[in-house]
Amino acid sequence: MSVVEAPPTQSDTPEQSTRRSFGSFLRDNEIDTRMAGMIALLLVIWVGFHFLSGGTFLTPRNLWNLSVQTSTVGIMATGMVLVIVSRNIDLSVGSMVGVVGMVMAILQFEWLPPLMGLGNQWIWIITIVIGLALGALIGAFQGSIIAYAGVPSFIVTLGGLLVWRGFAWLTASGRTLAPMDATFQLLGGGSRGSLGETGSWVVGGVACIGIVALLVLGRRRRRKFGFRLRPMWLDVTLGVFGCAVVLGAVWVTNSYYLPESIAREVAEERGIPWPQGGLQIPLGIPYPVLILIGVTLVMGFIANRRRFGRNIYAIGGNPEAAELGGINTRRTIVKTFMTMGILVGVSAAVSIARLNAAVSGLGTLSELYVIAAAVIGGTSLSGGIGTIPGAILGALVMQSLQSGMVLLGVGAPMQDVVLGVVLVTAVAIDATFRRRTAR
Amino acid sequence: MTSEMTARAPLVELRNMSVSFGGVHAVNDVTVDLYPGEIVGIVGGNGAGKSTLIKTLSGAQRADSGQIFIDGEPVSINTPRDAKALGVETIYQTLALADNLDSPSNMFLGRELVTRWRTLDDSGMEDAARKVMTRLNPKFQNFKVPVASLSGGQRQGVAIARAVHFNARILIMDEPTAALGPAETEQVRGLMRRLQQEGIGIFLISHDIHDVFDLAGRISVMLQGKLVGTVNKDDVTMDEVLAMIIIGKLPEEVTKTELEQLHG
Repeated sequence: MSVVEAPPTQSDTPEQSTRRSFGSFLRDNEIDTRMAGMIALLLVIWVGFHFLSGGTFLTPRNLWNLSVQTSTVGIMATGMVLVIVSRNIDLSVGSMVGVVGMVMAILQFEWLPPLMGLGNQWIWIITIVIGLALGALIGAFQGSIIAYAGVPSFIVTLGGLLVWRGFAWLTASGRTLAPMDATFQLLGGGSRGSLGETGSWVVGGVACIGIVALLVLGRRRRRKFGFRLRPMWLDVTLGVFGCAVVLGAVWVTNSYYLPESIAREVAEERGIPWPQGGLQIPLGIPYPVLILIGVTLVMGFIANRRRFGRNIYAIGGNPEAAELGGINTRRTIVKTFMTMGILVGVSAAVSIARLNAAVSGLGTLSELYVIAAAVIGGTSLSGGIGTIPGAILGALVMQSLQSGMVLLGVGAPMQDVVLGVVLVTAVAIDATFRRRTAR
Repeated sequence: MTSEMTARAPLVELRNMSVSFGGVHAVNDVTVDLYPGEIVGIVGGNGAGKSTLIKTLSGAQRADSGQIFIDGEPVSINTPRDAKALGVETIYQTLALADNLDSPSNMFLGRELVTRWRTLDDSGMEDAARKVMTRLNPKFQNFKVPVASLSGGQRQGVAIARAVHFNARILIMDEPTAALGPAETEQVRGLMRRLQQEGIGIFLISHDIHDVFDLAGRISVMLQGKLVGTVNKDDVTMDEVLAMIIIGKLPEEVTKTELEQLHG
């Protein structure tokens, strides 16, 4: 077993092996072909819109906004992947955003300031902690009904969709609550809510070190067990490509500058004299995107590297086998919905911070966007299949289509038509592809 | 062979087991036992209660009454986890594999290896899987693909590898060859003989009487939830076992005409 090259599979006839060579090359080297395809699709969409819109799509300003708009759906989509992988569905996330957002708004707007003093630095932290806890609680509650009372998740969360929307209204009797705490607002990624130039390069640098470290550690681990290694050139290519994407993204966010009025304010605060011809202050990575990246890393880690995640996939693949294998399937389901609830809390925080207000209709229909992002990203509704990065790409594809159509002046009704068609087409292509590769 | 076995306590004894589903006695006061290195066939027609009986040992079904003994000690088995802790591994008719996961993940389903950081030790699991599979099926190389794309025999191999890796002392095989072609069936039979030589006791549930005659030392026959009887394979003919399965009569009770009618 200590040989580096794996022996060829015996059943391969020469013609079979040439036909499959590229696909099996990717598979042997553990490269996700679906992921690669989605990245290609995204690039096609971007370049296509860029030309159709006369060069306004691939600009720092548009890409920066696109990334911020993707984050609220993307954050929840990572949780939805796990819910769908476990053969469940959560239709209540939009309404949960409503009620959790409302509670977080009322906390920082009405309840906490009299107790702690307006502008107290703890307000935003306490608000977030309570918001996430509330999301976890609602998720665990729904999950328990699904797992222990045996009510299908479709029904439980359909009920939740009505109940939590109702509570969102009742919490503040339908009022609009604004504005949010000054620090809390930054989570929404307005003009002040981003990392700035230096911080963004630091994050990019750390990410690059992380990518290289993962590749090196992966090689070392495989060598330790005497498994086949990826060819060196491929690992190097992956590393260079990964770092290029990361640093390119940082460069884009740093090429978007504060509008002049806010730049003047900032210059004043920092005591910089306003130079002739203006001052260009780069925004850098917006905080919501930073949160999305963090959530993606944590959720990817849970899905791939933790028992909890593996058990979710096992339940989705064969619930009976999971149970017989000794997995506590019920507790796993409750934990899955609880995770979803926490992510709803995160997303709700970003949403109200971005709006700088909470309304009882917050999050309406977002369950559909979240589910669509997961599904476009390759999550199978029959369970067992789906990836976290896929869902992020799915969210990005949808948001790109939407922003692109806005740039082209396509009206809202037509946007919905296009998104709906894309959703169904994506799943249809995916199903065909899957059927072919299953053979 | 039998006399020296009975001198020791059996590896497993299911004593006076009963299971009923809403008034129907699926298993009615059945007693069977198994010695180390022995294969006991449990046979019977559809609905005879074989699978239900054996599920009480694998932890997938609670018995209404009866007691299970392992090495002569009474044990209580309420969940699959309890059974596994006692060294009872089960290979189900439905294979109990998660199709979307690869073979190492399936081998360690519910018992995943973790590193000291409490993260999944995938390389460690793959390594263990490679070690076991080399023993069972040296040609097997598909460690990284979902088991959905494996052949029936390979899938059965994964299920057996799971039992072997976790050092099963008692193996329950529920129709292990039902879904397999002739070559693969032969492969699984070879495996069972090897496990038997290693001292593992195997309950083989099957309605393929040829399978049972080929592999088992003793045969327990069930009919309508009751045990018709347990016989030594060497003392009976296939027709006599058929008579037990179909009309529920022991070899000493059955008449010649009845035996002839079986083939009528």
